[in-house]
Amino acid sequence: MRQTARLTVERRDSSGGLKLESFDVPFEPGQSVLDGLRWIRVHADPTLAFRYSCLNANACKECMMEVDGEVAYACLSRLEPREMRLAPLHNKPLVRDLVTEIAPPTERLAGKRK
Amino acid sequence: MTERRHLQTDVLVIGSGGAGMSAAIAAADGGARVLLADRSLIGRAGATVMAMMTVAVAVGEETPDDWRFHYRDTLTAGRGLCDPRLARLLCEEGPDCIRQLDAWGVGWARKDGRIAQAHAPGHDRPRCVYVDFLNTGPAVSKTLRTALHKRERVRRIGDLMILDLVRAGSAPDAPVTGAVALDVTTGAAVTIAAKVSIIATGGLTRLYARNSASGNMGGDGYAIALRAGAKLIDMEFVQFFPIGHLAPRMIGMDPIMWDPFRYKLGGRLLNGNMEEFTGRYGTKEDGKYVITRDTATYAILQEVAAGRGSPHGGAYLSFMHIPAEQLQAAFGPVIERLAANGIDLNRQPVEVAPIAHYHMGGIAVDEWMATGVPQLLAAGEAVGGANGANRLSGNAITEALVFGRRAGRTALQLLDCDAAFNAPDAAAGLAMLEAAGPSARDINPAPLVFELQSLMWRDVGPFRTEAGLTDALERIGELEERMGDRPVGVPAAFDLARLDWLDLRNMLLVARAVAAAALARTESRGAHQRDDYAGLSQDWTRNQIVSLEHGKPVITQGPLIPAQEAAA
Repeated sequence: MRQTARLTVERRDSSGGLKLESFDVPFEPGQSVLDGLRWIRVHADPTLAFRYSCLNANACKECMMEVDGEVAYACLSRLEPREMRLAPLHNKPLVRDLVTEIAPPTERLAGKRK
Repeated sequence: MTERRHLQTDVLVIGSGGAGMSAAIAAADGGARVLLADRSLIGRAGATVMAMMTVAVAVGEETPDDWRFHYRDTLTAGRGLCDPRLARLLCEEGPDCIRQLDAWGVGWARKDGRIAQAHAPGHDRPRCVYVDFLNTGPAVSKTLRTALHKRERVRRIGDLMILDLVRAGSAPDAPVTGAVALDVTTGAAVTIAAKVSIIATGGLTRLYARNSASGNMGGDGYAIALRAGAKLIDMEFVQFFPIGHLAPRMIGMDPIMWDPFRYKLGGRLLNGNMEEFTGRYGTKEDGKYVITRDTATYAILQEVAAGRGSPHGGAYLSFMHIPAEQLQAAFGPVIERLAANGIDLNRQPVEVAPIAHYHMGGIAVDEWMATGVPQLLAAGEAVGGANGANRLSGNAITEALVFGRRAGRTALQLLDCDAAFNAPDAAAGLAMLEAAGPSARDINPAPLVFELQSLMWRDVGPFRTEAGLTDALERIGELEERMGDRPVGVPAAFDLARLDWLDLRNMLLVARAVAAAALARTESRGAHQRDDYAGLSQDWTRNQIVSLEHGKPVITQGPLIPAQEAAA
């Protein structure tokens, strides 16, 4: 039987309401959590929001989030065939789902966000 | 809905990779106000930050060199199609840009106090500077970001995606007066008034299933340029990097990471039977790294087609014959990162296969980076022509730095412009950004992007045929119909589905340009290989130009290019 990884994501929309949603992702050894998130967007829920750019190369440093309660890059976190809990960075302003304002205020359109 | 904002600047730079940051710095140093916009974070996305090692430049520190030798090698690699003005600019001004970065503290690797230079395939001598261990791109990006921070005239805005340029009216010579953009963090539309605009959005590797660049490089600059009336050149020439990592799967490593170690150690490229094979395709390696990218891609895929591929459909790359101490010295801390992925190069080969890496084609410009559309410039990989049908290792970062600086300086000459931004000219773009479309659950653009990437890889990839290209064009048309004409959902914060839709709109237009140009070129040359038209045809020593007519790309052929020989 194929193994699955269950990604349980803390999601919040602009209204601020918290929702926990779980997604079962087909597991292959050698995948990253980012691979799992990208799978979800194609196959399960296109609206799931997270930042990424460089695709597992550890170059852009955009996919920072909390994986099982620890701050980590999704691209450097190994996907495992168990439940993994994903949350946005708690010390940064939330934009949506796993996306937070990680750029310095001087590099945002709005400057400091409320 | 969030209110629509309006920004004003002298120079709008679109994209904050190496070219965009260089353009912004040059324009600001000349006294212009600059708005540097990136759809992602400033100086972190794009291709520059992902460069593993080489930057080709005739600084001549290890071995005497001259830009003319570099120029000659660039023309040779380009298989007769380089724009000599652009190739010359790249080679002649490269050393100055590299020394500027050195002065800013980028940290080029040194040997006995001189900048170290690796010998990459296609170069006649050691010419490639680097920052060790796989840090060239991150170091270049960080150095440029630091330089930007010191320039108060540059306003940097991330999460700002440019949808389209705005022109003063619809006349053929109407100048560009700014842009319509999407504030990704809120979903709101933004208008930008700019006296000059510079497209520095990089290439189109995201069009392909296997690619080695940032996920946001879907050719949006090409699409924006076409819709603004600019022309594209050489769109059929997509560079496939021959030895992209294939297996075993790794995390946290760039798939093009093996190249630097081939420069240092040679390494052996082997087929599934553990035999060296590149000699069959005209380049015997004998433990050295001499094969050019187009030839290596061809050789590996021919072996796979003949049933002699590695288990995952590529070739083996082996360093097993190299003593452990030498491996340790060359790989440094990377050895541990490989061990964390279960890879021990002393004991096992890895599998590699071609991967979309760079685009030789792009926006047609002259040596001032002018597109021909008034007040519109382009720079970096977004520009076509400097590298012809095949790019030399190391020319991409040089091109980003040199062309970026040149575009920034040219912009200074264009600031005295009468045309002003008028809101009505932005109406079409604003209507698209503010439209309500079908739900993303009904039309999910993410799998449509995936379908496009798969068909591009299969039929518009390293090997092409008339049947495959014709089929690809048909399926691109089907995808255009399936995606509809309004973005999915409604304006909302960080809506990746809506963003995917906007990307797909650009990707399909650019995919059509690549496939149509590839279908028209009935020969094989450099990175463009047709199974049904083997070999290079003298009559095809010409560029193809793409323009937009009634919303569709139209291909025309340029004049025969005389034989290119650089006096060296």
